[in-house]
Order: sequence, then structure tokens, then C-alpha cells
Amino acid sequence: MTHNFQKDIAGCGLTGLIDKKGKGVDGSHIKTSLSLMTDRGNGLGAGYAAYGIYPEFEDYYAFHVMYDFESSRMEVEEILKANYDIEKKEEIPTAKVESIVINPLLMRYFVKPKAEKIRPGSNEKDFVVQFVMKVNSEIEGAYVFSSGKNMGAFKGVGNPQEIGDFFKIEEYTGYIWTGHTRFPTNTPGWWGGAHPFTLLDWSIVHNGEISSYGINKRYLEMYGYKLTLLTDTEVVAYLFDLLVRRHGLDIKTACTVLAAPFWKDIDRLDDDEREAYTTLRSTYASALLNGPFSLLFGHSKGLVGINDRIKLRPLVAATKGDMTYMASEESAIREICPDPERVWAPRAGDPVIVEREG
Amino acid sequence: MFKSHVLPEYLATIDTDKCIRCKRCIHNCGWGVYSWSGERVLIDTQKCVKCLRCYHYCPVEAIEIEDSKTRYKDNSSWTYKNIRNIKKQAETGGMPLSGMGCDLPLPILFDNMLLDACQVTNPSIDPLREPMELRTYLGKKPDKLEVERTKDGKLKLKEGFKMTPQIKLDAPFMFSPMSFGSISLNAQKVLAMAAKECGIVMNTGEGSLHEDLLPYTDHVMVQVASGRFGVNPDYLNAGVACEIKIGQGAKPGIGGHLPGEKIPLQVAKTRMIPVGSDALSPAPQHDIYSIEDLRQLIYALKEATEYKKPISVKIATVHNVAAIASGIVRAGADIVYLDGFRGGTGAAPNVIRDHMGIPIEHAIAAVDERLRQEGIRNEASVVAAGGIRSAGDAAKAIALGADAVAIGTAALMTMGCTVCGKCYTGNCSWGITTQRPELTARLDPEIFGERLANLIRSWKHELMEVLGALGVNSIESLRGSRERIRGIGLDTETLDMLGIKAAGT
Ligand code: SF4
Ligand code: SF4
Repeated sequence: MTHNFQKDIAGCGLTGLIDKKGKGVDGSHIKTSLSLMTDRGNGLGAGYAAYGIYPEFEDYYAFHVMYDFESSRMEVEEILKANYDIEKKEEIPTAKVESIVINPLLMRYFVKPKAEKIRPGSNEKDFVVQFVMKVNSEIEGAYVFSSGKNMGAFKGVGNPQEIGDFFKIEEYTGYIWTGHTRFPTNTPGWWGGAHPFTLLDWSIVHNGEISSYGINKRYLEMYGYKLTLLTDTEVVAYLFDLLVRRHGLDIKTACTVLAAPFWKDIDRLDDDEREAYTTLRSTYASALLNGPFSLLFGHSKGLVGINDRIKLRPLVAATKGDMTYMASEESAIREICPDPERVWAPRAGDPVIVEREG
Repeated sequence: MFKSHVLPEYLATIDTDKCIRCKRCIHNCGWGVYSWSGERVLIDTQKCVKCLRCYHYCPVEAIEIEDSKTRYKDNSSWTYKNIRNIKKQAETGGMPLSGMGCDLPLPILFDNMLLDACQVTNPSIDPLREPMELRTYLGKKPDKLEVERTKDGKLKLKEGFKMTPQIKLDAPFMFSPMSFGSISLNAQKVLAMAAKECGIVMNTGEGSLHEDLLPYTDHVMVQVASGRFGVNPDYLNAGVACEIKIGQGAKPGIGGHLPGEKIPLQVAKTRMIPVGSDALSPAPQHDIYSIEDLRQLIYALKEATEYKKPISVKIATVHNVAAIASGIVRAGADIVYLDGFRGGTGAAPNVIRDHMGIPIEHAIAAVDERLRQEGIRNEASVVAAGGIRSAGDAAKAIALGADAVAIGTAALMTMGCTVCGKCYTGNCSWGITTQRPELTARLDPEIFGERLANLIRSWKHELMEVLGALGVNSIESLRGSRERIRGIGLDTETLDMLGIKAAGT
């Protein structure tokens, strides 16, 4: 039923970093940074996304999948076997953490779609997206944490320290890291409900509430996305997917859609630009994200931080050398980068876009 | 001759102690209720329609208009209205007519819907301190956009891309089509002036465009209906858009008949028909007997306007409205204008007005959902009309999925209309639905243009307050956001149809 809206209400803290030269840092940094903001969450969800962590499988889609039941695993693996060449399959390594008493089964698969299974006119990425949509919306007890190449999401019910320890994330090395701790006020503790939300190699951590969720969701549904989670953050991931991957907009333009400039500012531009912005905004009106948010959007080539158009949620950025940091609080940056060269608060709706060089 | 058995509806009385014999009531009443005996005002109460013009213009408040106390014996089946209609039909053999929309106590779903508001987890926004955007563009939008960056990084539309024509509205409001002929030229001027003042659009209706409206054409949509009055290339190109009228909510499936008495010289000239001849609008457009025919007319108009004007198609909301709207969009319309069964009219047979069509709330929900299911919602904008009474209704209509709403009756009220429902007589004492010069002269376009503009301003403020409370600062974030509506006292089927959840869930 399309109007069965389920919307998460949560407050949160987020942090992220990128080494624009692509050199890796281990997961302890992000864990330290995020753990400083433990009070922005309530222990009911934390998570991390990391890029560059599977160099030996960089040509394979890395599926991180959680299962509540053994039967859901069998069901998913059957579909996987039928449609993908599976290079490797294993349980995601975890450590014992006292406060985490029960956890779902967590598996990862390194796979390639079978060429003959992809319908002519379609492509590999659409094929993967359809798989993710199918698992998440149709197979009870199974949920895809992440589905990109050379990246992965690690998340669950717990605070930042606990989840970081549980997944032993200091053992991974990545050139982009994002982390998130949440304060859900209405959703049950569900491992799939924690951030980051991902699709292919997009990952989103998000602080805030998308007040325009209702229309964003219906807009995405028109393009075949199935919004299945107990949260509104997935609309952000899917909107990026639609705008950047399927519609071919550059990331800056996509950000202009999501946090559109005000008409009064558009009206002041010169003719060509005014026409472009007016057309962009009216065409993608239903993709405008309204309401308080700050979010970090990671992808294999970079990291983007952006606020809503009137900056109702905090976001601070800082640089030092090849590193760029973005977080809800400056302290979370200083915790891992005590003397940054530059620290600033990005303006409302103005994205901070960092691309990986080379 | 028999004395009529039709009970008078109203009882007009004058307090003779208060009355100062100024005769204003005699002068003001368009229906001839009052006359002068030589020493006092005489009252023919059978003629009274309760438009209240006299009441407002009596300087000493001597006039009282009550519903006449004598009614038929109470009977839930044979109501006063039923019995009265039968008597009237027996005496005249004609179809009882009405002006204005259906007034039966059928459910008004807007009144069973409530909007959301922000508390704690997301902040509401104060429209007095923060920007709050109502601007709306109507017209076909591309499915996706291709843009480029110039060398200095500026955003630019891809070379060769041309956006389909759009109507820019400063707020998601329009005035519904009301033709010169059915309403007075002064009433049309009121609409045009207010539209210009508020950055929105009025609609000529099917009576063509009087030259006095030429200064306002940036805020005028021209209409082509089955009568084709005054349609020529200049007319088609005059406004910001063209509309093909297929049907009207108050009288789906039937045409119009403007009696010769309402066709004085000015109306005749504008419509390009002889003075005093009846202006007949056939029930269907005789060149549109199918959807393919509609497509041809849409493209004929696009050709005539060199693809520079959006083409709107106006239909009455009938049972199968979603499929019809989808066909209209596929036929090439840029705007689908839905007129709900409560929509107003200058004249409609009661049997049609009171028994046909579906409410606008259902129609918006069905059409918006269908266009989305078919992946063509971007191909056309949806305008909703027919029973929009307040900014609250407008907000709900937009949240259900309309791009904009159009108002007719509410706009006429700012000119004095009290919804007496007797527009078809051509005697409107407020100078609105009449062509009698002594009546139309009393409607000053400047004064009432300002009042109508005030109404729109007030609704804009109200809509901004609603957006602010919802925690969004732009109208597009409300549009189609059904998640922000809850239904009260609606059954599951209705909730599902509307695509909303029940209050408390
Ligand atoms: S307008 Fe009032 S005061 Fe004047 S004649 Fe009529 S009832 Fe009397
Ligand atoms: S326009 Fe005039 S005649 Fe028609 S309902 Fe309003 S007041 Fe009555």
C-alpha cells in the first residue's frame, strides 16, 4: 500500500572523513570521533560506512546482508546463486561485546552478476538495485546493509563504541569513512534501521527529519524504488541514485535539487543561469528535501556534506593536509584532528564536495 | 390564473418604524421585490432570493430577510425542497435550474481530513521570519533534465534543450473560468486586476476576451469550449495558456445556454454573435467524440500558438476520472483541470447539478495516483477546483496531489455574492451574474479587485502558516505529500482511496 508511510523520528550525530589522495586510514579514527558524540544517540543504533576496504575484491559487488532467520538466508542465497557468480561468501567477522546479547546473522558475499541474466536494455547496476529492492521488500527477515564495490556498511543496535568493537572496524582500512549514532524516538531497535543507508556505492548518514518525506517517497516510487525501511533516510540514498546515476546529473547539481536555492536568489541570477535553475527546480520539485537535516553522502569517488536550505541541523567541516572532516560537532573533528588548518560551518544548502584525486 | 402553490422561500420584512423611506432597497434589488406605494415600500416576498443586497444597503437596518416560516409538514423523505420542486415543475413544465454548486448535505471530505504539524523532533518554521515559498509552475515537466556547466562552473541547460511552456503562479491559486456573458465585464475586470496584483491567473471562460482585459493578458488563460465563441488566432495567443473545456463540475455532460437577454452589444461583440441571440454551447464539442479527437484539438491549439502556450483540458470529475485524465495527459495536455461536482455554475438543471459527478477530493487522489502509477505525473500539472472554500481546503487539495487550486465562488463572494443561487436569472443585485447596466455599474473593479486581492493575500499567509507548521518552507514539499494528512471518521475504503491514514495511526 503506497500510503503506508512509516517514518522514523530520530535525532542523531554524524561524522565523516576523506583522504583525497586515496590513502587509507584505519577505522579507529572514525570510531573515536563518533564515540565522542555518544550523547547525540541513545544507544539504539550506530553504524559506519567505509570505502576502499576490499581492494582484493574491488571488481566484485560486496553484499553485506543481515538475516533474522536461517530461512531468509536460504531464500536470499538461492536468488544469489541463480543470478550471480559468487566469488566468496563468509560471515562478517565480529567480536564479542558484552552489551550486544543478540545479533542477527551477518553475511557478506563478493559477487558478479551473471551477464546472461541482465535483460537487454538494462544494465548491471540496475540489476543489482532490483536485487536489493527485492530482498528488502519481499524477503522477510533479510536486509541488505550495502551493495557497492570495495565498500561496506557496518551497523546495528548499540552505541558507537559497541558497534565499532563488535564489527572490529579498526581492522579495516579505508579512504572514506562515515559514522552515525542515532536517537530514535519511535522505531524499535532493529539492526537494519541504523545508518548508514546505502545503495550500490552510495551511502548516506543523516541527521534530521525529512518533512517532505511523503512526496519524496511517492516521487521515487514512480521510478520503481521500493521504500521499505522504517526510516526516511533511504529516500536520500535513492534520490542520489536517481539523480546522479540514472539521470546523469553531477553531484553539485544533484545537491542543488535536494537543497534548492530560494526563488528570490534564483531570480537574481543572469538569464541563462536563472533559466537553468528555474527549470531544474520546477522539474525536480518533488525531489526537494525539506525539513531539518545535515547529511554526509559517501560514494567511491568522494564525500559530500550538505545541510537543509535554512540550516536547521548542525554541520561543521575542517581540513588538514589531504584530509577533510565533516561532523555534527566540531569537537568530534578535533578529537581526531586536534589542530586543523581550516574549520568552517558550511552555509545552509551549500554543499561541501570533496572528490578523490586521480 | 391560479395563485402559485409554490411556497415563497423567504420572508422580507421592513421595520416601518425604522424605515426612513430612502427607497434604496427599491433601487438595489435586482429582482423587483420592492416597489413604492406612494408613501411606503411594498414587498413582493415571493420574488426574494435572499441575496441580501437590500439588507447591506439599507442605511438604518430596517430590513430583515428570514427563511419563510411556513413550510410543508416535516417529512424526511418528502422534504421541503422535493415538494417545492414538484409543485414548480407542475406549474411550469420546465426543468428547475440553479446557479452555484450543489448545496445538498453530501459529505465534504475536506472536513474529514486533518493536517499534521511539527512538535519537538522537527522544528516548525516561522513564516514571518523565514522565507516561505508558494511559487508554482504549471505545465509539462521533463522526466529528467540534462544540464551542463560553463567553463566558470555556472549551471546551464544543455544546448538545444527547450523547456515546455509553463504558467508561473506566485501562489498555487487561480480563478476558475467564468465567461463574459455569464458574469459581467466588471466582474471579469475584478478577477483580472486581482490576478495581476497577486501574480496569478484568471480564466476567460468560453465567452472570449473583451478588449478591456488586454492590459491583463499576462494573467489570463483563454478558454475554448463547445460554443467556440470569439475563437481566433489572436485570442488563442492573447493569454498565458489555452484551455479546452470539456466539462464543468456542476453540469457534467451538458452544455450551456446563455439566453438572449444576457447578450447585449458588448457580449455579442466579444463572442462574435448577433445581439440578443441565445448563445448555445453544445453538450459535447462536436469535433471531439473521442480521445483521438481531443488529441487533434490539443495539437491544433499548440500549432496555433506555436507551442508557446501550455494547453489545459478542463473536465468535470465523473466516475472514471482517473482513466480519463490519464488519456488527456497522453493526448498531450500540459494541464488537467479537474472540476469537482460541487463546482459552481451560472445555470445548471438541478437534476444534473445535484446528482452527477464525484467530489474533487476523490478525483485529485485518483488522478494523482493513476498518473504516478503510469509514470506520467510529470507530463502534466493538475489543477483542482469545485468546492475549495478556504486555504485549509487548498492545503489539503495540494497535499492530496494537486499542483494548484482554482476558485470561482469564493472569488465572487468578495464582490458581494452571497451564494443565493439565482445567477441564471440574470438579475444579480450585486452586478456579478447580470448584464443589466444599472446593476453591473455598481460593481467597481478597482474596489472589488482590491478585495479579491486581499482574499488571495490572506490565503497566501494562511498557506504559509500551514507550511511553517508542517516544517517545510516550500509548497512543492506539501504537494502530493499525503503522509501529512490523516482522515477522521472515514471508512477504510475511503482512506485507501484517498491514500491517507486514519488519525491516530
Ligand atoms: S433601504 Fe431601508 S430605509 Fe431605505 S426604503 Fe428600504 S427599508 Fe426603508
Ligand atoms: S452571483 Fe449574484 S445571483 Fe449568483 S449567487 Fe451570487 S449573489 Fe446570487
